[in-house]
Amino acid sequence: MLKEHFIQGKSLLHRLDPRGKVLVACFFSLVVALTHSPVVAGGGVVFGLLLVLIARLPWRPVGRRLALVNIFNLFLWLILPLTYAGSHHWQWGALVFSYEGAALAALITLKANGIFFCFLALVATSPVVTMAYALQRLGVPAKLVHLLLFTFRYIHVIEQERQRLVSAAVVRGFKPRVDLHTYRTYAYLVGMLLVKSFARSQRVYEAMLCRGFHGRLYCMSEFSLTREDVVAVAIMLLSVIFLGGYEWLKIS
Amino acid sequence: MVENQLIFELHQVCFAYPGGRPLLNNLDFHLRAGEKVGVVGSNGSGKTTFLHLLMGLLAHQQGEVKLFGNKVVSRHDFAGFRTRIGLLFQDADDQLFSPTVIEDVAFGPLNQGKSVAEAKALAMRVLARLDIAHLAERVTYQLSGGEKKMVSLATVLAMEPEVLLLDEPTTGLDEATRAKISEVLKGLDLAYVVISHDYDFLADVTGLTYYMHEGRFADDAGQVIHNHFHLHPFGSYPHQHSH
Repeated sequence: MLKEHFIQGKSLLHRLDPRGKVLVACFFSLVVALTHSPVVAGGGVVFGLLLVLIARLPWRPVGRRLALVNIFNLFLWLILPLTYAGSHHWQWGALVFSYEGAALAALITLKANGIFFCFLALVATSPVVTMAYALQRLGVPAKLVHLLLFTFRYIHVIEQERQRLVSAAVVRGFKPRVDLHTYRTYAYLVGMLLVKSFARSQRVYEAMLCRGFHGRLYCMSEFSLTREDVVAVAIMLLSVIFLGGYEWLKIS
Repeated sequence: MVENQLIFELHQVCFAYPGGRPLLNNLDFHLRAGEKVGVVGSNGSGKTTFLHLLMGLLAHQQGEVKLFGNKVVSRHDFAGFRTRIGLLFQDADDQLFSPTVIEDVAFGPLNQGKSVAEAKALAMRVLARLDIAHLAERVTYQLSGGEKKMVSLATVLAMEPEVLLLDEPTTGLDEATRAKISEVLKGLDLAYVVISHDYDFLADVTGLTYYMHEGRFADDAGQVIHNHFHLHPFGSYPHQHSH
């Protein structure tokens, strides 16, 4: 389930004000996601890796997540070189590999990993709840913040409900097979989960009304910017501006 | 609060879910300040619906409902009264939606317009009164069933309501938590309505028990629960008797 693996820690990045962290992470993703230059994308990976080192994250869970992200990239490597039209290519039987396709796959891989490292070091090092309140303070609409908070709170309940439904099927001898009965059972399961979640959301809303809810959630944790925050966030922002500036200078 | 003030006055109230049979049928009910009553009845007899009607979560279709002497018609009319009534839901997971216990308990007071500091202090006082101050920083979904129920009770009490509505507060709880809840309830200077199938518990915490049947309270309402022989669930292992 949603265990927050990376929030334990005493590193600089764990201490920083979540508002600053989320700001840097978003700005960084924007620059790296929009770049066409492999140098900037590569620089992004270095920047992200540095942050992961500063945060001193446990390497095993980082590795697992890294593998997961790159499974998607693997598909790009399988598809893009074969399907991308380009001038440089080599041929093997009926298969035509294009260098441009491979270069594009490489660029996307660099971007994905850079953004992944950066979010891991900056966003995953704060509890989801704190992050949500930080977003609220940064002016993200309250409805979106509520959506995040409630998803986080109830995803566990929904998962427990799913496990109960699965056990209920298993104790009556259900074994998944490739047949209509199996598909129908899974469809019922998903449908039941949706209906139950909807009913629960209504009960939760009623419970909130009973306690005087009128559209606003109050944040109980106070955020304060320290000198350390300002300096660290400024250095990170400058690095990102440098990355973006490099590409801009090359174009103009 | 005025002595003997009528909190709830229901007269000939009817309610049916769309397309369903009438669930509440010309129901009459009164509750005065300080009164502690229990409601029993078979499953599906409309007990929970009755509580939700008192809270304005459902709108009655016929008859008259008065809260604290004020006539209410639509669900909108209830909004101002909801913070004076505390409803404890059957399922604690419906009630606890904040990430941490302290935030959940402070949610009601914050909605009532208290400052963060006031709400926090009040929440801590209530948690301490229920002997669960150590749970304050815990994450709500990781609590045990009994802890969840006690925290739910705290969230309701933190609003300092004038009347409590409790929907099967002891279902699924162990003896210790059950005893704790009944101790807390008996120590309150509040009126309350308790729905339960747990007769021993009702006998312990309420003075009067109404029997719901065919959508209304039976004519000989106000039954007194009496002594009877019962099975000792753990053989010769002693358990506490509440009567």
